[in-house]
Amino acid sequence: MQSQILHFPAKEAMIIGQQTGDRTISNRLADTADSLQGAAERSNALDSGHRACQGCGEALGARHAIDTALDTTDGELVVVNATGCLEVFSTPYPQSAWRTPWIHSLFGNAAAVASGVAQSFRIQGKENVRVIAQGGDGGTTDIGMGCLSGMFERNEDVLYICYNNEAYMNTGVQRSSQTPGAARTATTMPVGEHPGNRFGTGKSVPKIAMAHGIPYVATANIANPRDLEAKVRKAMSIRGARYIEVFVPCPLGWGTASCDTIKVARQALNCGLTPLYEAEYGEITAVNKIAPSETVGAYLKSQRRFAHVFKRGNEHQLEAIQAIADANIRAFDLVESK
Amino acid sequence: MLKQIDGSYAVGEAVALCRPQVVSCYPITPQTHIVESLGKLVKSGELADCSFMNMESEFGAMSACIGSSAAGSRTYTATSSQGMLFMSEAVYNASGMGLPIVMTVGNRAVGSPINIWNDHSDAMSVRDAGWIQLFVENNQQAIDVHIQAFRLAESLGLPVMVNMDGFILTHAYVRVDMPEQEQVDKFLPVFKPFQKLDPQSPITMGALVGPEAFTEVRMLAHSRMERALELIPAQAEEFANIFGRNAGGLVQKHYDDETGVEAETVLVTMGSVIGTAKEVITEMREMGESVNAVTLRTYRPFPAQALREAVIGAKRVVVLEKSFTPGMGGIVYQDVLAALNGTGIEVQSVIAGLGGRPVTRKSIRTLFAGCDERSNGHGFEVLDLDNTTMDRELAREASVLDRII
Amino acid sequence: MTAIEGQQLIPFATTLEPGTSRDNKTGSWRNLRPEYVQNLPPCNDSCPAGENIQAWLSHVQRGDFHGAWQEIVKNNPLPATMGRVCYHPCQSGCNRKMTDGSVQINATEKYIGDRALEQGWQFEPPEKPTGNRVLVIGGGPGGLSAAYHLRRAGHTVTIFEGMPALGGMLRYGIPSYRLPREILDAEIDRILAMGIEVRTNTRVHDIKQVMRSEGFHAVFTAVGNWLPNRVDVVSKAKTPVLDGIDVLRKVETGEDHGMKGSVVVWGGGNTAVDVARVALRVTGERPKLILRRDMEHMRAHPEEVQDALDEGVQFFNLHTIHEVRDGEVVLERMQADDRGRPFPTGRYVTVAAGSVVMALGQSAELGVMEKMGITQSGDWEVPVSPGMMTSVPGIFAGGDMVPSIRTVTAAIGHGKKAARNIDLWLNDQPVSERRERTIATFERMNTAYYPDVETNHRPKFEAGERIYDFREVKGGLTEQQAIQEAQRCMSCGNCMECDNCYGFCPDNAIIKLGAGEGFKIDYDYCKGCGICATECPLGALDMVMETI
Repeated sequence: MQSQILHFPAKEAMIIGQQTGDRTISNRLADTADSLQGAAERSNALDSGHRACQGCGEALGARHAIDTALDTTDGELVVVNATGCLEVFSTPYPQSAWRTPWIHSLFGNAAAVASGVAQSFRIQGKENVRVIAQGGDGGTTDIGMGCLSGMFERNEDVLYICYNNEAYMNTGVQRSSQTPGAARTATTMPVGEHPGNRFGTGKSVPKIAMAHGIPYVATANIANPRDLEAKVRKAMSIRGARYIEVFVPCPLGWGTASCDTIKVARQALNCGLTPLYEAEYGEITAVNKIAPSETVGAYLKSQRRFAHVFKRGNEHQLEAIQAIADANIRAFDLVESK
Repeated sequence: MLKQIDGSYAVGEAVALCRPQVVSCYPITPQTHIVESLGKLVKSGELADCSFMNMESEFGAMSACIGSSAAGSRTYTATSSQGMLFMSEAVYNASGMGLPIVMTVGNRAVGSPINIWNDHSDAMSVRDAGWIQLFVENNQQAIDVHIQAFRLAESLGLPVMVNMDGFILTHAYVRVDMPEQEQVDKFLPVFKPFQKLDPQSPITMGALVGPEAFTEVRMLAHSRMERALELIPAQAEEFANIFGRNAGGLVQKHYDDETGVEAETVLVTMGSVIGTAKEVITEMREMGESVNAVTLRTYRPFPAQALREAVIGAKRVVVLEKSFTPGMGGIVYQDVLAALNGTGIEVQSVIAGLGGRPVTRKSIRTLFAGCDERSNGHGFEVLDLDNTTMDRELAREASVLDRII
Repeated sequence: MTAIEGQQLIPFATTLEPGTSRDNKTGSWRNLRPEYVQNLPPCNDSCPAGENIQAWLSHVQRGDFHGAWQEIVKNNPLPATMGRVCYHPCQSGCNRKMTDGSVQINATEKYIGDRALEQGWQFEPPEKPTGNRVLVIGGGPGGLSAAYHLRRAGHTVTIFEGMPALGGMLRYGIPSYRLPREILDAEIDRILAMGIEVRTNTRVHDIKQVMRSEGFHAVFTAVGNWLPNRVDVVSKAKTPVLDGIDVLRKVETGEDHGMKGSVVVWGGGNTAVDVARVALRVTGERPKLILRRDMEHMRAHPEEVQDALDEGVQFFNLHTIHEVRDGEVVLERMQADDRGRPFPTGRYVTVAAGSVVMALGQSAELGVMEKMGITQSGDWEVPVSPGMMTSVPGIFAGGDMVPSIRTVTAAIGHGKKAARNIDLWLNDQPVSERRERTIATFERMNTAYYPDVETNHRPKFEAGERIYDFREVKGGLTEQQAIQEAQRCMSCGNCMECDNCYGFCPDNAIIKLGAGEGFKIDYDYCKGCGICATECPLGALDMVMETI
């Protein structure tokens, strides 16, 4: 196995000063890389040469997550992948980009396949081998929901990571249950009385996961890689069913510049639309505070899928999205009180 | 060890003797008792080192099998009917990845209309899925064939489906000879997968394969199927040597004829119906009629050569099957017809026993009685069709549909 | 398992040959390529002394004060002094002013300068003497800087100073509550310890003659601006009318400065403010400061103005002195137009005055220059080439007497620049061309990575406490504060190895070269998405069009 064995103290990494805070990949003031993604020895579990689009958020999220899991398990890791962009761009025969045991079965069954893998290793007495299932929002929250729920309620020893880019990107950007209100997709075009996706639809799978009472649920965002790493580490320190949903922009599907992937993710984070939190056994245990430095408008403006929101007559759409952000800020108490 | 036991429990015990490491379960009639029995054996500790997974659906159940088998564990599940259709995407996937899963199918009709009783529609719905499909005639064979199924699957890297007629076998309380653990252990070595998910030696499974290699992958699957045609008889013989019992191989010819003097009419069947048929055929042979019977114990890969050898010299072959494709007719018939193409043997198609309708001795006698009238190679006959109902409903349909035209 | 180029190949289940995605060179997708650049930070760009501020701050960030000091003194030999008296244009340039406030560079420099004095850090004497003798005329900041840099280069240096002690404006112009003399003395001594001859109370009347008689190969002149500008004021009174620069010098030397009662200071520059604050301390009465413009358009540094206000100096903005009478001064009110230019109004006001001090600027005594034909009669500054040389080969000039901003920091910069050019001239080398560099502007930064933090300021004595004597008004940062301030530096334009490019590349196409070595780009796989450039906090990556 080529995975390097590295142990970084997750969030406890010493931040000597405030130069870069804990927002950059590494704190330059620390003598050695204080995050795995800043380490020269990171595994690069998802290798170069994969065929993800330029600026792919999912590719990035997956490498961050799987590298971290490899680190926490000394490389004793198996990855189960749902059908989707991540699967297609990483393993077109004869070029696999995965440097870890990896299996893809179907679109909707990653959670069940992973359950089987976990049980298989358990019964073989190899409980040191840990299992991650991963997929996009379509494979996870729509077609994979049954298997996912089963995995949760059986409390299988699997960490399921959903890379949420809010639509079916692999098939050409169709609406999923994670597509936000007003967003344009190929199946929610900006025409008619309610341009883009309807408001009042969709679901929160982290909350559904919490309702299963599983040991650990977290939301993460590729714009906060240290937090993502810490959450994967935390998840890997726990046995039983765990769920992490990582917010990953899709330049192609969202109509953003390929260079703006992190920027857009950060805007979403800082305007309150994508709260970051952790929950254990159904109860929220931590919420990442935000400094609301970005407006919902700025976030939407970066993306062509929301272009119609700024047309005359659609002001109510912007207001509706702002209301969602405001509701999040209230519900999760997102803003640091001074 | 002889014991009087329900067919499902017999299969459960036989599977347990094979030391599966993961059993995934989802209830569906008439298969449910099999996994129930395994669940009990796991809970009681009689089946040690086995994970019994209560899944959320058949799709999940087969998916868990995929994961489990890919990670190197001997894996088993069972299903029927709608369950088979619900898992069918994963069924194809399991064989595509060459995972030696063994699955029992308690054969049952597929709705709508919903029907819980026996026919072979479920098995036929996945006959192209790349699984080895074995059909058993009775509960003793069910036991014996499951043991062989694990050996076969693991020596080929292909999943095996053991088909047994729902209710007729699964719920039949009959006396069987349950093998001893030592015998099974002697026949079935510890599972050593060809490849597995292993951090010490990582592989990529289930990659995307485009036009440049997809055909070759399918042909490779076919070549494994062809190997199965050689392995099945060899392993059957080995089994017989250890267990002192013949559980059949590719095809089974039920009566020995004088060499070179083949029976004029040969009945070809799959599954338990041969039990009733043999009662009739034995009578007929005693009356001097030139009839014989051959069962297809292996349906996929289709044992064309073995079948030809078994029926060569006959004047006609009558395929009696419990499956039907609307707009075409018999399904097994097509395979038999293709296999006997060029032999000059007349092949007749007879459908019976759909949705649990009993195939009685009377039905079988009717079948033989109609041989001279039946057309050769075209059309089919349905035994015991209720013509009163058909006439009435066809007339009613005509009154509606004709108007539309 | 097979391997290609050391990379293990992952087999495909079921039967297919193994392969790796590394065979797929995604670099061919690229139409923009990222390239690492090093841009000039605005602080460095704004420093008249040419300090590499960003570099020395990076030493402080790690607590390496000696390293920081060594970096500073590559350009400025007087950090403890300049950490006190520089008007820190660097901080006005600092990009951080756009977010949570400029880095307190000046206070940090003071900390380092003081630490150097405490620790007794010394300059290395030059390894090999060149045999060239250079005369420095004027021992102010420009002259000291030139002498230091010339000595570092191995030349033999002699300073001629007209006053009894070195320091120029630092000693005789800047009040000691801003610059304690023991600090200045220690920093001057440290320069002289490199082996520099000094002749105080020595004025040069004929440069050519001195060069010939003493065998100097080159001369640097920085005699400063000591001639006060005067304005004719109607005055038949006994109320003394003094000159700001003289008053400051006399207070320093202990001579009779002539200030008494409520001193009326005329002028809006730093000298005026200094005089007012000195007057307060020596007379004990509130001085008045008369300026023609409004407060917004005052030339004095805002912090000095605020200090003066706090200490009780009365500001008469938009006023001018009309007439000096016995014990009082008649002021005329001015009015500002929309561009802040003052115009007389014909309205008058009378204020009490014990003495009047004019602080309306100074100019240089250019008699020596005129003698050589470098300047004409009536000139008030000395024209110099970009290499600081006058029209006479081998004679260089700098400091307040050449066209430039008139600050101590500029003088130090001149001294350095002149020294380098004297060195080149002595070696028959051409003057080096100034390299145009892209400025690391705020727009190139991604400041999302710099959380807002509190700024550390030098503590000050309360106004009520500090006005009775000449003790230093401002304290210093603590070690921790100095480090914190340095850590607020955003490293504009130059890679700080935060690993953002490396960690945010979706294609693992950034290769880490190790601490201090930065990164390189693996163009085999870089798809040109541009995330690295967008997420670089400090703009050290440019996306450039790929040429085919």
